[in-house]
Amino acid sequence: MQSRSNNILSRLDWVVVFIWMALMAISVISIYAAVYDDEARGIFDLSTRSGMQALWIGVALIIATFTLIIESRFYYVFAQILYGLSILLMIATLIFGREINGNKSWLYVGPIGLQPVEFMKLATALMLAKIMSPHSFRLQHFSDFMKALMVVAVPMALTFLQHDTGSALVFTAFIIVFYRAGLKPWIIMTCIFLIFLFILSLLLTEEATLILLGGLVLAIFMVTTRKFKLGFIGVAIIAAITCTLHYFLLLFDAEFELYESLLIAYASILPFAIIYALWNKLQYVLLLVGLFVLSVGLSFSVDYIFDNVLKEHQRNRINDTLGIVSDLKGAGYNVYQSKVAIGSGGFLGKGFLEGTQTKFNFIPEQSTDFIFCTIGEEWGFIGSLVVVGLYLLLLTRILNIAERQKKLFAKLCGYGVAAILFFHMGVNIGMTIGIMPVVGIPLPFVSYGGSSLWTFTILLFILLKLDVARYE
Amino acid sequence: MNEFANRKTYIIGFIILICGVILSRLFYMQVVDSTYKRASDRNVLRYEIQYPARGLIFDRNGELLVGNQTVYDIMVIPREVKDFDTLALSNILEIPKYQIRSTLETIKGKAKKLAAYQPALFRKQVSAEVYAMLQEKWFRFPGFYVQPRSIRSYPRKLAGNLIGYIGEADTANVSGDPFYVQGSYIGKIGIERSYENILRGKRGVSIYMRDVYNRVKESYAGGAYDTVAVAGSDIICSIDADLQEYGEKLMQNKVGSVVALEPATGEILAMVSAPNFDPAIYIDAHRAAERAEVGLDPLKPLFNRAVMAQYPPGSTFKTLNALIALQEGTATPATTYSCDGGYHYGKRKVGCHGHPSPINMVQSVQMSCNTYYCHLFRGILDNPTYGSTQNGFNVWRRHIESFGIGRKLDTDIPNELRGILPTAATYDRMHGVGRWKSLSIISLSIGQGELGVTPLHMANYAATIANRGFYYTPHVARQIKGQKLDKRFLTPHPTTISFSHFNPIVQGMYLAVNGGPGGTATIAKIPDIDLCGKTGTAQNPHGEDHSVFICFAPRENPKIAIAVYVENGGFGARWAAPIASLMIEKYLKRTVARPWMENYVMSGDLLYPNAVKKQ
Repeated sequence: MQSRSNNILSRLDWVVVFIWMALMAISVISIYAAVYDDEARGIFDLSTRSGMQALWIGVALIIATFTLIIESRFYYVFAQILYGLSILLMIATLIFGREINGNKSWLYVGPIGLQPVEFMKLATALMLAKIMSPHSFRLQHFSDFMKALMVVAVPMALTFLQHDTGSALVFTAFIIVFYRAGLKPWIIMTCIFLIFLFILSLLLTEEATLILLGGLVLAIFMVTTRKFKLGFIGVAIIAAITCTLHYFLLLFDAEFELYESLLIAYASILPFAIIYALWNKLQYVLLLVGLFVLSVGLSFSVDYIFDNVLKEHQRNRINDTLGIVSDLKGAGYNVYQSKVAIGSGGFLGKGFLEGTQTKFNFIPEQSTDFIFCTIGEEWGFIGSLVVVGLYLLLLTRILNIAERQKKLFAKLCGYGVAAILFFHMGVNIGMTIGIMPVVGIPLPFVSYGGSSLWTFTILLFILLKLDVARYE
Repeated sequence: MNEFANRKTYIIGFIILICGVILSRLFYMQVVDSTYKRASDRNVLRYEIQYPARGLIFDRNGELLVGNQTVYDIMVIPREVKDFDTLALSNILEIPKYQIRSTLETIKGKAKKLAAYQPALFRKQVSAEVYAMLQEKWFRFPGFYVQPRSIRSYPRKLAGNLIGYIGEADTANVSGDPFYVQGSYIGKIGIERSYENILRGKRGVSIYMRDVYNRVKESYAGGAYDTVAVAGSDIICSIDADLQEYGEKLMQNKVGSVVALEPATGEILAMVSAPNFDPAIYIDAHRAAERAEVGLDPLKPLFNRAVMAQYPPGSTFKTLNALIALQEGTATPATTYSCDGGYHYGKRKVGCHGHPSPINMVQSVQMSCNTYYCHLFRGILDNPTYGSTQNGFNVWRRHIESFGIGRKLDTDIPNELRGILPTAATYDRMHGVGRWKSLSIISLSIGQGELGVTPLHMANYAATIANRGFYYTPHVARQIKGQKLDKRFLTPHPTTISFSHFNPIVQGMYLAVNGGPGGTATIAKIPDIDLCGKTGTAQNPHGEDHSVFICFAPRENPKIAIAVYVENGGFGARWAAPIASLMIEKYLKRTVARPWMENYVMSGDLLYPNAVKKQ
């Protein structure tokens, strides 16, 4: 026993542990500042949130120790059971959960409340790693890919059903694990393109989107095939048809909107493009044409989805982030106040307990989701740099640990942990500075709250345990 | 799966990219862009303005005309109101219970969430007694408190139009001057307005930090940027409160104006505009009905007739025509004309009243002969030296202008009007260029026709005669604490008439009052005082003529000059002359020894014909 704990301590990756502790120390200080007022009591007073957070951190230390003591094979063997239990808890929450702020994501056992989705993230990371780890597993095989996809899709769907959009989106982070496991880059490119298309269709008018997409396809065609003359003829024909329809037919009382004219022009030139591609056996051109049709279709359905599928508060948040509609008193209030707090911090910050926006409660949810405001205001750009730097260091360290694992399970676990932490960090800080929509997810190790802190701690220490045990 | 090991590099690259985006955005927000710093100050800093006490206004003898008094407004902080005994509060404030509830509901409705910590006005201006009673029972009404506020007080209830009043600043004031915010007070008319910058003092400011509920938390930077309010300067004005009060009594139930000046300085001793109003109604929250009444009165008490009403000067103007004739050499004191009851030209005539004939210049003033001035006026205008009537008219006009007539005197009383003094162009328009002669405008000789003067113009004219040829710009400020009086009140304005020419005119005015039979103003005679005066009757196409009188006393080294206009008062000697005479007696002797005359004037009621006309 003695030698074993010595083994653990000597093989433990202390860099990660120090970063973990540093972030938790920053957490207590920031939460103290966030809830500080004239009648403020001590930083560790248990009637304040900073005191409670200190208590949670104490518990986290114990949990971390247990996580390290448990046999490393446990995590591999019990991954399915943990995953299954979490799924059951999620379903139970859907049925018995208490609704808070429109979210049905809390399950109460007597006075103790917990958010099963936190454990779901953890279980999904383990389960995904386990399902991908057999040597026979090939992501390129459709059945294997679908299996892996289901592991992520089911909990994600359940989280959506709980109306907890923020947490549901966290599951998209596992794309990093998929990528490392061999997902074809074009799938990822397509995903990025779709997101880009989504934002584009919301920002631009129909005409602009159509012109941009058409231009893009023609440009790709011309650059790859070097047939510039043909390309320009295409442009000329499209322009001619559009102008005829939109401007000259007005004389005959036929009314075509600009985007309708453009659509007709594209549609009439499409058959020729397909014939041309088939004639010259240019599969690439055929693909390009297909992609173009798909994009146009998607771009038009985005407006439909946005107006009819998304809920109003989600629409508001997206509008606010994209700067389309800004309502400083309504949906944009949090983000505006958050930006004011961070932006007024300056280079060196206003100093500990000197942040006026922080101290006088201008930012709602400041000790939880918007904790980064306190850091930005009181410690300025230097403080923000330190915190972002700590995360960057932590993430690269985790990826290095992952790569040095011999067991595929441990390796993919590492990527899962990094993916979850990275997504939380990026989206949380992104929303406080107004470059991401407001989704209620915590800043790992820093935001106030026991269950998220413990989940992140377990996640981190499972990886550390697997790392310690890598020679066994 | 190790064939994908190099993908770690791409993933780390992506993570670094995102961190880079976040950090550059942070750098831009925190270091480059300063808008967020300003927004933060706007969020947190609350500028609490410390209002200075407004300067006081005294009369020339040091008597307080406008003071400050403290009133108590009951304020309420909606968020802090708990259940309380509405009946007890209703008894103390003497307002019904339901009114307390409904007022509170209205305030709460307006306050909603964020303003619930902001104090709101519950009831304006409760008395000191109510305040004392509330002080004892404070603990019973949580959320309520009393805010003392300084308002104006008017111990003498005098000269509403001259002193003016203060009221809440309007949008134009607020946007035009950072001193004012919504709800701060500003002088609206009279001295309160013209000396606003002196009376208002300097505002102080305390900067506090507040939280999201607008609750004050602490002083900003330990009070380093706070400033102290400086009280406004007091003004000693030239008004003699007793004389002013006496004038207002004499003018009761009449419409018109009395302006008294000290000729040697241009100081305004009294300025009565009748009917008057009590300025106190504009500061008392519970006197809205009286404010409405004053605002709707057809006799327009808010209209300061002393500087805003324009009347023809009437026969008082003859003295000025005589002075011009003397200066231009077209007549001498010995020039004599005979009068057969009027001045005839063609089939028309300017009528005159019965008096001895022929008469010289002194007698013409004494008896106010119309015929004499028709001759004199034509003499001036048709003087062959100038070549044409137009040129002659321009010479005549320049003399008139030098007395301040036809332009603003530039006093320190707001809304002063310039009056009407026609130019040659006026007559060119009326009759055609070059198609008018001295006869076309003969009415000007006796102060009728296209002429308009304010009572202040006339008082200033009387003072100019008293000074024998110069005047100081009339003004009401005598002394401003800590400041010098404006230079424009300290420089004499010479007229175009030489000193020596005034003697026959003054002699005529003296005889008009003291010369026995034939004098038009003998009613104004005061034993032991050498009063010089000239009556006038301003023709009024809308009804009975206006009674006019200008005078000064004593004859040598004059102490006071007065102009009186009584609308629809008929001949100058009927109302205006007795009023001016009584005013002078009051000022020079401090008591009036002619109770019969006092009684006659004070009981005179001329409002009735006005009322009939209005219907």
